[in-house]
Amino acid sequence: MDQPGFDCHIDIPGTTIFDGKMAMKGYALNKMCYSFNSKVNRDAFAADEEGYMERYGLNEDQKNAVRNRDILAMIAAGGNIYYLAKLAGIFKLSVQDVGGLQTGMTTEEFKDYLQSQA
Amino acid sequence: MARILGGITTSHIPAVGNAIANELYDDPYWKPFFDGYPKVHAWIRDNKPDIVINIYNDHGLGFFLDQMPTFAIGAAHEYRNEDEGWGIPELDPFPGAPEVSWHIIESMVADEFDITSCQELAVDHGFVVPMQLFWPGAPHNPDMPRAIPISANTVQHPIPTLKRALDFGKALRRAVLSYPEDLNVVVLGTGGLSHQLDGERAGFINREFDQYCLENIVSNPEELTRISRMELVEKAGAQGTEFLMWMMMRGALGDDVTEITRNYHIPISNTASGTLLLECAA
Repeated sequence: MDQPGFDCHIDIPGTTIFDGKMAMKGYALNKMCYSFNSKVNRDAFAADEEGYMERYGLNEDQKNAVRNRDILAMIAAGGNIYYLAKLAGIFKLSVQDVGGLQTGMTTEEFKDYLQSQA
Repeated sequence: MARILGGITTSHIPAVGNAIANELYDDPYWKPFFDGYPKVHAWIRDNKPDIVINIYNDHGLGFFLDQMPTFAIGAAHEYRNEDEGWGIPELDPFPGAPEVSWHIIESMVADEFDITSCQELAVDHGFVVPMQLFWPGAPHNPDMPRAIPISANTVQHPIPTLKRALDFGKALRRAVLSYPEDLNVVVLGTGGLSHQLDGERAGFINREFDQYCLENIVSNPEELTRISRMELVEKAGAQGTEFLMWMMMRGALGDDVTEITRNYHIPISNTASGTLLLECAA
């Protein structure tokens, strides 16, 4: 989906601008994650991950990212961090765990990095 | 006539909800954060607002990407706090002020801000955590004002410009001041300051930029409207765009404000936390 004239983004390394293009790309994945606001849906996902992903129509890239618990791949497949956070909750990952996973640090190293910016 | 007493900003980090539930006020990690609030409590005790307008950004509880309002205003009798999926305690509903909400909605749209009105709106940590910080025990604090939530989109680009956010606040001020009953109103701006949760740049924090924003928002908010949205993402982090809520609040306070208290601390969770209380001239 080209939007000549309206692509005012700048390149910010390590940062994905979640815009209309990404929102369209990631809709199924984000919709699944949004459903995890409800405990009954979290339990249904935990009981049958593959069936649940199929029900929400995730594509192969999205399914693989979820199977591999690969946060960066989820973002590349259109995932938005606010919705992905609900999936991370099912996996019992804190935001520092998620930060470490994305930056190649252990959780403790990531916490030290945060502290180092004080 | 209604008047605006002042504005209070705070970060609304979800972990704060758990820290409050576990009473970690004196914990070494949390103390520098919670130390930012006693002066706010004293000011609220002295001023006892009747209405709190809580400007926050929904994070995927009240709204999904199927229908994403840029600016939404609650017009409900009460606002439910619901399960967000990762285990922060749910609070009882917050009482609303729908007659004031509808006055504001009428005034905002007449002023050419085409907002989305919400007769039902589930409110997430962005709304709830600041209420707990400012009115301990919320919503059961005896001084708890009736609430009007206003949510701005920072989930999906395009997000509003900083100028639009400040102008929204100015229109909100006109709306409140034209309300015919004597009501004392406080305006909250929640979220920020710099932080980024996603991508290889996760963990990014920018003290220098936060300090620039804190300095200017008090007495020179127009200066901040020169910051472009992409510059805001670059300098404040992808989720630091929540600073738009602070701009909306600031616009509602008018030109003449006095700073009562300020706190800034790195890090709480992944975030540079900031708190600011500005009192409006009588």
